[in-house]
Amino acid sequence: MKRTLTFALALSTLAVSISLMAQTSVPEIPFDSNADLFKMPPNTFLGEVAGVATNSKGNIFVYTRTGHPYATLGDSRTFYHAGSRLFEFNANGTFVRELGQDLYGFNAAQGLRVDPQDNIWTIDIGANQIVKFDPNGNVQLVLGRKPEAVGVRPAAPRGAPAESPAPATTAGAGAARGGRGAAPATQGAAPAAAPPAVPGAAARGGRGAGAGTPGSAFSRPTDVAWDRSGNIYVADGIGNNNRIAKFDKDGTFLKSWGQTGSENGQFTGVRSMAIDAQGNLYVADSGNKRIQVFDGEGNFKSQITDIGVPQAICISRGATQYLYSAHSGDPDGMVDATIYKIGLDGKVSGKFGSAGKLPKQFGLVNSIDCRSENELLVGEMTNWRVQKLPLRPGK
Amino acid sequence: MKSLLSVLLLIVAGCMLLASLGAPAVLTVGAQGRATATNVPIIPHESAPNFFKLPPGVYTGENMGIATNSRGHIFIFHRSGETRLYEYDEKGVFVKEIGRGNYGFAFAHSVRVDAQDNIWAVDEGTNMIIKFNPEGTKILMTIGRRPDPLAQTASMPGTGGATYANKPYEFGRPTDVAFDARGNIFVSDGYDDARVAKYDKDGRFVKSAGTRGNGQGQLNTPHTIAADAAGNIYIGDRGNARVQVWDNDLNFKAAYTNVGNPWAVCVSGGPHQYLYVSNSWPDSAPAGSVDFTGEIYKMELDGKIIGKFGTAGKALGKFATTHQMDCRNPDVIFTAEINNWRSQKITLKPQAIKAAAQ
Repeated sequence: MKRTLTFALALSTLAVSISLMAQTSVPEIPFDSNADLFKMPPNTFLGEVAGVATNSKGNIFVYTRTGHPYATLGDSRTFYHAGSRLFEFNANGTFVRELGQDLYGFNAAQGLRVDPQDNIWTIDIGANQIVKFDPNGNVQLVLGRKPEAVGVRPAAPRGAPAESPAPATTAGAGAARGGRGAAPATQGAAPAAAPPAVPGAAARGGRGAGAGTPGSAFSRPTDVAWDRSGNIYVADGIGNNNRIAKFDKDGTFLKSWGQTGSENGQFTGVRSMAIDAQGNLYVADSGNKRIQVFDGEGNFKSQITDIGVPQAICISRGATQYLYSAHSGDPDGMVDATIYKIGLDGKVSGKFGSAGKLPKQFGLVNSIDCRSENELLVGEMTNWRVQKLPLRPGK
Repeated sequence: MKSLLSVLLLIVAGCMLLASLGAPAVLTVGAQGRATATNVPIIPHESAPNFFKLPPGVYTGENMGIATNSRGHIFIFHRSGETRLYEYDEKGVFVKEIGRGNYGFAFAHSVRVDAQDNIWAVDEGTNMIIKFNPEGTKILMTIGRRPDPLAQTASMPGTGGATYANKPYEFGRPTDVAFDARGNIFVSDGYDDARVAKYDKDGRFVKSAGTRGNGQGQLNTPHTIAADAAGNIYIGDRGNARVQVWDNDLNFKAAYTNVGNPWAVCVSGGPHQYLYVSNSWPDSAPAGSVDFTGEIYKMELDGKIIGKFGTAGKALGKFATTHQMDCRNPDVIFTAEINNWRSQKITLKPQAIKAAAQ
């Protein structure tokens, strides 16, 4: 028995060293960082940066979880407000303006993209919506509907299971609590692994409709992309749906594909998505540690693996397009992180960066802008910042 | 009819709120004890009247945290309509607000200023530590992560179970932060966890120690923390009515058990450092404990009591639930108090100590 164990240990050591060798064979791309890019107005702060993207003029848009998400007491329902803001900066980082002030669907920022016509698209997992702003900042299109109310159930007392027949009340985050130390009231920090609460679904007493959901009944959508005809693809998402939904340019639903699973064409957490010049879709299937490639009709073409857990991806412009994919291997962004540069054929050409809070380190990268192949903008969740990263790949 | 309905709704909402607040009170931490030290000399003290001056229309709520920087400016972290952080100059005149609307502010607990004058806010509503630059205009670092607001709706109204998770980068209602001379960061964590977590100056987790209990090295609501020049840390183990002294690697060294329930501890600046410990009047200001709480002890770092000052109460110079102290200058103590929504500047006259029979 002991010998078997030793053998197994030796084998696993071998396996680890082989995988380490595989990893170290990826060249490091030298790079710099400007982690202090933005000049914010007084008492305005970035929070978790869910989305960052540039427009054709080089202006930078940031969709961030900041301010106070709060709920109001109404009738028997609980209403969810605020929690995210959208800022615009010029290329030098000077603040230009805020967009979408007090917007109904700005609750839990998840992503932001700018389309070829410089329209700004925000993705929100609190409201389960995609909102399109024209370059002037006017709302042009809304996909999905924010649930009227959020599902709230009474908390369990300390140490008890989560169900208890106490009266359900609600209050702003942490606002209605007892005096200092008088009661074990808690923010109720749910473990990161807790199943995502799906607003609306919980309020109706059931789960989301799941795979094959028609239309725009999104479940924590994460990203948006467009093909040359202006068709809209929505990555949907990290809730129950695990699908890609396709709409025409006016927002009419066309089709969707995918379901929960690990086979080709199935997903376990769609975290990000990008499209190449040929109209192929690259879908970050983070739970399965791969990027799947589809044509615009949803036919599976190939997959890219050995790139860790892809959390945010981006495809550069130009004659030779590259795919950047941010890997975060631990829940805190403090242990295991890097960004891979990958050819569209799936070959990894380099990587850069590590986990942490210093410049050139990454705390849960959630968004990459790669309009310029060698000057990326990277938005991080735990470090509340955007880093501008000039890359110096060797020739 | 419509107005009657809204009144009814208000009443119902109010009752529900009361029910939710009242229900968990049975699990209150141990009752405030009487300090056991006897024959403690009284240190004469004075409170500067109307020291903090606010512009019209600006108020503070429960004053949870107070700290000074090297220029004598004072920072007060308080629970108002929102949780807010104010800066005052050395004369107590309001200078500005810091960090309004940032994602880390929900329920103030403490504020500290490090050796470089950076301002650190500890928020037990978002489970986060927020580091601002000395001007308060930028957030330089955060530790901990605000729980996903959406996930929280699954356990609202906010009395959900504690996680006791002791995760490296997640807190369970953290209470305070301290720094050693090398810039290492110590977080007392907290109401839900029962530990001290240590980080290096770049915010990287080093280790944590402590479990819930009353044994040596165990904690029961570590509520406040401070470090001395040698890097030892002093933990107000409030529920266990003792101050614990740990070394820089979080090993137990000593416990001071005779100064009541420490709500606030502070290690002074200067070449000869002192430890101040507040046996605070509990936060509901119970009449039953007004006669034997509220005093603040001045001690040597080794635990020898030099004297004490103050009693529980709301008058000037009395203490209405001292929640945090600043003692950069060992003879000028700033107190942040929950119960009278105020802070005080206290000047000590230690040269005039006279023995008292307690």
